[in-house]
Amino acid sequence: MKPIAFSNARLIDPATGVDMPGDLLVSDGRIIGTGANLAAIGVPEGATVIDCGGHVLAPGIVDFNVTIGEPGARHRESFRSGGLAAAAGGVTTMVTQPDTDPPIDDPAVLEFVNRRAQEVCAVRVLPKATVTKGALGREMTEYGFLRDAGAVAFSDGERAIADPVVFRRCLEYARSVDALVCHYPQEPHFSTIGCATEGVFATLRGLPGVPAAAEAIMLTRDIRIAALTGARYHASCISTAESLGILSRARENGMDVTCSIAVPHFALNELDIADFRTFSKVLPPLRHEDDRAAMEEGIASGLIDVIVSAHRPLDEESKRLPYAQAAAGGVGVETLLPVTLDLHHRVGVPLTTLFERLSLAPARLVGLEAGHLGKGALADLVLFDPGAPWRIDRKALRSKSKNSPFHDRLVQGRVLGTWVGGARVFG
Amino acid sequence: MTATASFPHRHLLGIEEMAPADIVTILDRADDCVVLNRAARKKRDLLKGLTQINMFFESSTRTLASFELAGKRLGADVMNMAVKASSVNKGETLIDTAMTLNAMHPDILVVRHDQSGAVNLLAQKVNCSVINAGDGRREHPTQALLDALTIRRRKGKLHRLTVAICGDVFHSRVARSNIHLLNKMENRVRIIAPPTLCPAGIDRLGAEVFHDMRAGLEGCDVVMMLRLQQERMAGGFIPSHREYFHRYGLDEEKLSEANSDVIVMHPGPMNRGVEIDSDLADDINRSVIQEQVEMGVAVRMAVLELLAENRAGGMV
Repeated sequence: MKPIAFSNARLIDPATGVDMPGDLLVSDGRIIGTGANLAAIGVPEGATVIDCGGHVLAPGIVDFNVTIGEPGARHRESFRSGGLAAAAGGVTTMVTQPDTDPPIDDPAVLEFVNRRAQEVCAVRVLPKATVTKGALGREMTEYGFLRDAGAVAFSDGERAIADPVVFRRCLEYARSVDALVCHYPQEPHFSTIGCATEGVFATLRGLPGVPAAAEAIMLTRDIRIAALTGARYHASCISTAESLGILSRARENGMDVTCSIAVPHFALNELDIADFRTFSKVLPPLRHEDDRAAMEEGIASGLIDVIVSAHRPLDEESKRLPYAQAAAGGVGVETLLPVTLDLHHRVGVPLTTLFERLSLAPARLVGLEAGHLGKGALADLVLFDPGAPWRIDRKALRSKSKNSPFHDRLVQGRVLGTWVGGARVFG
Repeated sequence: MTATASFPHRHLLGIEEMAPADIVTILDRADDCVVLNRAARKKRDLLKGLTQINMFFESSTRTLASFELAGKRLGADVMNMAVKASSVNKGETLIDTAMTLNAMHPDILVVRHDQSGAVNLLAQKVNCSVINAGDGRREHPTQALLDALTIRRRKGKLHRLTVAICGDVFHSRVARSNIHLLNKMENRVRIIAPPTLCPAGIDRLGAEVFHDMRAGLEGCDVVMMLRLQQERMAGGFIPSHREYFHRYGLDEEKLSEANSDVIVMHPGPMNRGVEIDSDLADDINRSVIQEQVEMGVAVRMAVLELLAENRAGGMV
């Protein structure tokens, strides 16, 4: 592969906090240098020069929570369609969810996923496997074998493991193979009887409510069990201000816990359900405005480590139902960057901070040599115009499923090009 | 009869989106209908040639009968569909069912569904007028309107009254519609229920919450009892029926805290001895429960007329 020289770019490197005009050089799929200009770095002969036109060149996004329909629901999303959507959104690695049909709870299924991803997917795929067999919350899976087969983390998707005894044993055993366990911290006895956050809005709409405390209750339990076992614990898709307090205290006590937030929980609140818009139905349910605002602060301050799309493709039939019966989840891999950039434009969060949450932190979680622009890093890059305005049209998204909660939203930030290992996959 | 008062709506989906003037328009028209209903010859032909389909996804006896009678007295062709037993079991979705019916060109659809928001969803997909006959826990607008008509006729006004709504507010669409309506007409609304049957944030919808029934009934002009939804009691909302009746059942003794000219209402069907004392329910001086049934037909006739006039006037 010919070397590539990116010139006239605004470089964003979350590892060093650099945000400056400069040039970047790629060879053999890796970054070999950055500098104020190409002359300073020294351009090898025959390099392809790409003029970035002053736009932002940043490490490609590592989306830590993406659902693909394979196996079991390829009509909703295949590795091909999901990969194209990801590339168009500046996502260079998808860490995929294991609650497929059948669930990824066995090395054979994991190998199928790896093979399919390698054959047809435009971007990198790093699969998660389930914490328990069938994601049923009863028996642990083969963490050792699954790790060997390429599982980068373990998760039961949006199912919480209710039994503390089971969860403790899972974490204890996971620790012995240094596995990262992601858990959805929602007390299931509460969360399965409602579809909106308890409060005046849910009451007004007559929707069965879940108290926001269902999250704090489970997160508190999880952190106690993580402390008991010493395992690597990650709280998936947190959404309440109370959770931030719990995480902050855990870190003050020296615990290495991480957490992620899905875009809808800092970009939308419960009022976006409006008159029963099922496209706004996500898990956990959209929260009160106070909680949404706290999420912005959490992202800015670093209490929240990772921003994910929680991409969940669903067909129209499962959404065109009365609210309580409709399926929960939204596609998001393609809109992750532009919606997140709102935090830069409106709240003033620096781009280096946003790319720490989008690229660097998740890359470190899964042990990927990416997420920064340092020498030797994988040449997974996104080039985008941060100011370009456009209106999200769900029908125009590349996912097979069009269930976007951000349909019709005005955003700023358009991806111009995406590279995975130095190969252009979009733009 | 004059058709001057306007009712600028295509559907009747809930009280929440209505203006006080809309409510008054319906009640005034319903007063006329009461006169007609009490006459020997009860039929009018305002809805002649129009088709009304009553689509009930949830079982109902009195509301369905009331809508059927209202439509027939106005001369509409009325068809009842109990959908629960038919298509839904075959996997047809709500929208498919609605589209199928829509293709038969009804003029008015009366819909009841056990899911909040289902009637709104359906209204988006059909060409005709839709009347909400109760959706999940959200709204039951014609019930609130008939309650308002009953109060207005008994009390001579529908403002500056203290109204207590007692019982299972948590599961009740009747309570939500009544809270909206009574607040819009500038009344004081109280909720009397055990904490487990009070939905979160109900106080912020304009209701004062009481867990002590005697305190809540003090000085009330109107007491609305709600049915204790026994089929929804699986979650253990109350310890037992006998403790519930002891603390929240309406009897002579508790009612003595209210004003002497208090009226007692119940949307039916009643659980005698659980939420209301049997003798009290039959006390013709205070209980207006039978009158509510009569007003129900009148209010539904009024709503059907107003929506039909809009259709005739080409308003969409």
